[in-house]
Amino acid sequence: MKEEKDQPQEDSGRRNFLKMSLLAGGATMTGAGLIAAAANGDSSGEKIKVLTTDGKVIEVDKPNGACKINPCDPPNGEEARHGVPGRSFVMVIDLAKCNNARKCIEGCQKGHDLLPDQEWMKVYLMKPNPESDPYWFPKNCFHCDNPPCVKVCPVGATFKRTDNAVLVDADRCIGCKFCVSACPYSARIVNWIDTPNYSGKDPNYSPETSVPSQHGIVGKCDFCVDRSREGKLPYCAGSCPMGVIYYGDRNEDSVTNGEETLRFSQLIKDRAAFRYLEELGTAPNVYYLPPTERIFPYERGLENISEEKRKADLKSISKK
Amino acid sequence: MSSKLTAIELLEKNQHFIEKPSKLWIVKVFALAIIFSIGLYALVLQLIEGHIITGMRDNVVWGVYIVNFVFVLGLSYAGALLAGIFHLGRVVWAVPLQRVLKLLTVFTLIIAPFFILLCIGRPERLFNLFIYPRIQSPIIWDVIAIVTDLIFCVVYLYFTYIKDFALLRDRSVDLAMAPWRRKIYTFFALGYQNTEEQRKFLNQALDIMAAIIIPTSIIAYSLLAWLFGMNLKVGWHSSILGPFFVLSAVYSGIAALIIIMWSYRKTEKLENVFTDSHFNILGYALLILSLFYGYFYFSDYVTEWYNLQNTPNMLWEKYFDLSQYGIAFYSSILMVTILPAIIIGIPWFRNVNSIAFTSLLVLIGLWIRRYLMIVPVLETPYLPIHQDIRQDWVLYSATWVEWALTIAGGALFILLFVIASRIAPILPISEMVEKAGESRFVFSFKGKKKLSTEEI
Repeated sequence: MKEEKDQPQEDSGRRNFLKMSLLAGGATMTGAGLIAAAANGDSSGEKIKVLTTDGKVIEVDKPNGACKINPCDPPNGEEARHGVPGRSFVMVIDLAKCNNARKCIEGCQKGHDLLPDQEWMKVYLMKPNPESDPYWFPKNCFHCDNPPCVKVCPVGATFKRTDNAVLVDADRCIGCKFCVSACPYSARIVNWIDTPNYSGKDPNYSPETSVPSQHGIVGKCDFCVDRSREGKLPYCAGSCPMGVIYYGDRNEDSVTNGEETLRFSQLIKDRAAFRYLEELGTAPNVYYLPPTERIFPYERGLENISEEKRKADLKSISKK
Repeated sequence: MSSKLTAIELLEKNQHFIEKPSKLWIVKVFALAIIFSIGLYALVLQLIEGHIITGMRDNVVWGVYIVNFVFVLGLSYAGALLAGIFHLGRVVWAVPLQRVLKLLTVFTLIIAPFFILLCIGRPERLFNLFIYPRIQSPIIWDVIAIVTDLIFCVVYLYFTYIKDFALLRDRSVDLAMAPWRRKIYTFFALGYQNTEEQRKFLNQALDIMAAIIIPTSIIAYSLLAWLFGMNLKVGWHSSILGPFFVLSAVYSGIAALIIIMWSYRKTEKLENVFTDSHFNILGYALLILSLFYGYFYFSDYVTEWYNLQNTPNMLWEKYFDLSQYGIAFYSSILMVTILPAIIIGIPWFRNVNSIAFTSLLVLIGLWIRRYLMIVPVLETPYLPIHQDIRQDWVLYSATWVEWALTIAGGALFILLFVIASRIAPILPISEMVEKAGESRFVFSFKGKKKLSTEEI
């Protein structure tokens, strides 16, 4: 936690609290969520101390079980369109650490019942200029604040929520695929093949879980808000052996990769984080830490992939 | 030409539509129906198997279907635009073309939406467009535009039929028509007796409809262009796209009109109606539009090329590379800009058949242009998608299902024309015999002397 070393002493209380809460849940659910949970009345009767946004420590009821956001069950229908109150989910991807282990892809596919072909998380080999070494670039949906996909959807099947997530309602999507062509980040994946995992219409389906999905519609990264409710990291962040992917809440100003928890604003400031294709004005909520002082040479990532894929990756960067 | 004949004489000269269908006609209908039913079979397969049996994948989500949609809709809007302009401009020589133009408009407007329905993963959920419409979406703009345009064009087409239906009703005994025909004509003539009042009323209605469909078709086709232009995609995100679409639409519409005229000359012996001078005038229009098209295209390209950015560069390399889209690119440029200029521009090459042939080249070329405007752009997003080793997911190629449905669309178009020309004359007989410009000018110039229609 070297980012925290220079912090002024006044912050230590909050910092300790952040650590504690993360030890408990392995994720970032702190004050705001618990206060909201307590207000909703689904509590265990036990009291815990939390820090409010104006710096006061108050006692609230501890929520039931592992649930970090109340209600614990992801909502469906109209309710799923509003977002978790007081939350602003963000992701930070540290490009200096990625070695193309591709565990994020596998974790995501397993968690969302995806076919082997369907990668909501992808890893590209990027080369910014002819002199630079290439680096591995994991990319999911950026959950933009100005999402081009949401703009073009004719039926509101894809929508932007107050907690930053851009989700797809599989029950409403007509499969026109306009969002796929509108997304400049190629983040949207169509369910081309009908599999037994797909349902006709499941009463428990929630756009937050994206499971079970349906045939002939569009799917994409759902920012794993349902996992947040349980205090767990998204599948990709949780499966990454390198701790590349940090996930958290901007309102709490903290992100975690499960091993370390960092102050989001400080991390973005100190590491000169960027958002991919910022100039498009889409305002993504996924930030990248530049691939400086990389832990592994990029060649390490080539070991994990097939000969054919290696050739394709190297060919695509050889032009630049 | 036609104004020398009375309506009855003209009708009698072109009465083969009520004769017993020839064997050739039946064979034609049968053959077209077979081609169409192969398409239906492909459609059934697609509905059962899903879009996986098409060539569309995650990057190229819109393939040949949307190319056809854009192409066919272009013909429709061009037909409406030309019919409206010819009518309001009281263009005397264009009167015999009016019915063909309006049929072209309505038939293509009926066929085009089917192609976009084929692109939709869950067509059975289309009602969501009406339950949860979002006006921000260009698809909703298109739905509104197409439905509006379809209503206007069908109404306009029908209005122009009324006088002819009345004429046919009155002549049904003389022409020894089957009773069912008489019943149909009587019903659809709506009791039109060609009284002074009725004529005035109908002519006003026709003027108003013509005035409405001109802006409607321009707006509707620009909205279609924005279906692409509103995407943050290199190659689409351009302000020239709307005007470019309208220009290509008019271009393709005139080419289609020439081909239809040529076919009727060949099959129904209409040489003295669709005359050489029609081909000449429309050929010149084709020539001018080909030069405009070249100009638009060059402007679009040269501004991109002067400060070439990475992603546009990748796109242009695909167009220029003979192993990728080069052949399609160069041949389409040849077909839509260079060959029309040579064949029609040089008098020695110019005749009815060569103009019709050029029109066919233009139509094919414009279809390829639409393909090149859509597919390679979708294959060139910002991210390096060619790192995907599934070649068919990165590069689009249409499957037989898509081709079968494309050809079925073409067969249906011809079939509709073949049937329509058996139901009522393909010439607007009443309009042709009315003295040109007899119908009152809706937009008269106040305080100025009215233009004499005789001088036109």
